[in-house]
Amino acid sequence: MTQPVLKAENITRDYHVKGGLWGKSKTVNALKGINFEVHEGKTLAIVGESGCGKSTLARILTLIDPATSGDLKIDGQSINIAKTKLTPELRQKVQIVFQNPYGSLNPRQKIGKVLEEPLLLNTKKTAGERKKLADEMLVKVGLGPEHYHRYPHMFSGGQRQRIAIARALMLTPRLLVLDEPVSALDLSVQAQILNLLADLQEELNLTYVFISHDLSVVKYIADEVLVMYFGEVVEHRSRDEIFANPQHEYTQTLFAATPRADVESIRERLSN
Amino acid sequence: MATESSLELNRPSALAEFWFYFSQNKGAVIGLAVFLLLVFVALLAPIFAPHAPDFQYRDYFLLPPSWIEGGNSDFLLGTDAVGRDILSRLIYGARYSLFIGCVVVAIALVGGVVLGLTAGYCKGWVDTLIMRIMDIILAFPSLLLALVLVAVLGPGLVNAMIAIALVLQPHFVRLTRAAVLSEAGRDYVMAAKVAGSGHLRLMFYTILPNCLAPLIVQATLSFSSAILDAAALGFLGMGAQPPTPEWGTMLAEAREFILRAWWVVTFPGLAILITVLAINLFGDGLRDALDPKLKRS
Repeated sequence: MTQPVLKAENITRDYHVKGGLWGKSKTVNALKGINFEVHEGKTLAIVGESGCGKSTLARILTLIDPATSGDLKIDGQSINIAKTKLTPELRQKVQIVFQNPYGSLNPRQKIGKVLEEPLLLNTKKTAGERKKLADEMLVKVGLGPEHYHRYPHMFSGGQRQRIAIARALMLTPRLLVLDEPVSALDLSVQAQILNLLADLQEELNLTYVFISHDLSVVKYIADEVLVMYFGEVVEHRSRDEIFANPQHEYTQTLFAATPRADVESIRERLSN
Repeated sequence: MATESSLELNRPSALAEFWFYFSQNKGAVIGLAVFLLLVFVALLAPIFAPHAPDFQYRDYFLLPPSWIEGGNSDFLLGTDAVGRDILSRLIYGARYSLFIGCVVVAIALVGGVVLGLTAGYCKGWVDTLIMRIMDIILAFPSLLLALVLVAVLGPGLVNAMIAIALVLQPHFVRLTRAAVLSEAGRDYVMAAKVAGSGHLRLMFYTILPNCLAPLIVQATLSFSSAILDAAALGFLGMGAQPPTPEWGTMLAEAREFILRAWWVVTFPGLAILITVLAINLFGDGLRDALDPKLKRS
């Protein structure tokens, strides 16, 4: 088997909560030893209820926050940002798409500048090359070069998420962390963005870590599913297995909580 | 390539774009016009002023404006208690008042923005230290503190300006810090960080432009209070020294003639009022034009 793009070994993360004048300070274990690996061109979905540590994990994977302990390997290279400084090469390997497309774009930056910023900071490309790459990327995510000079507020939520995806892809990362990329969008736009992500994955051979609480979305895009519960991995198997036969009690509860909107289930509910 | 270049041609330059949005606001355009007129007059004061600002015409003490019974067409707005032409003094005074406003606002704004950004961005003990010092400055009555500072530095216009800038600064620090705190947690800041922005770039390029709107308004309001504070210090003998034709000092000198010769106080007062109003209108329009959220696509 080839080397995994991302390998997490026993990742933990503790938050220290300072006690007040009378309270004792305590430690919250947000992540309690996470192990997984993702292979090239695959999608790993991380699901779980809110507060279970999904976003904490996303921030560690994107090298924003350091892990308290454990080993994070990207392309076999061990990385600890608490000890070593982040280099441009490392930054080019992992990028992130945030949940809220209304907050993730700088309102005072034109789209073209948004896209060029990662190139400007991490590569030695000239202004002309950057502009060309930005125009190409806009076309790739379903927008056009005419959007280059517009501000974020002129775009809809779905278009903004396309721009956020374009920005993340500007550095041609190995790994793209998607932190609930479609949960702020309405259903038809969700489908468009998911299709775009699937197309891009095929075209650029991207590796995704897809964080979500929406199981229907996960079912559509994931190859493997990892279920988290209070900072622990309770189940990690391929999508088909886990949807056909959830093993862990929490996974079963989670699946049962998904609203079903097919005609049969509605009839059943009404007859009771 | 052909379509690309035509796109470039169709796009208005940044300045033209700014002017388009700015000119939607009529009040702002009037404000800008008045302000530019003032700057123009102040720069070319020797050409516009009919008399020297500190020459005393001993035959014409407290002469009323020319359109009033007993007025003289040589002295359009009359003369003051020692026979100096009020119009000429106002024209020369515009230089001082605009200079004071600009310098004070520049010092207070730059200092306030740097301190506020540092406090809001670094948080922790840096934040606490800066904000407590600002609280101490705010706890003093502003004019009293300016007075103490001038007393320490020595009387004079430059020292008065430094003192006023220091007194006005905490407002800028607080405003900047509050705006930075609310902006720093947003996702786009995190995205810029992931893209590789350093601390300085994050502070000044990513966060600061999004905090400018309240600062512009505060700057225009401070412009007026700077002029007024400088006048108050001048009145107390700590600011511009007579016979400098500074508007505030003129007001102070004319205090005892309010009942006998209304024009001696009215015209400097009007000059201050019009200047402050024009700058406030201009600042309002500037804020609207600079905020892309208010632009229509």
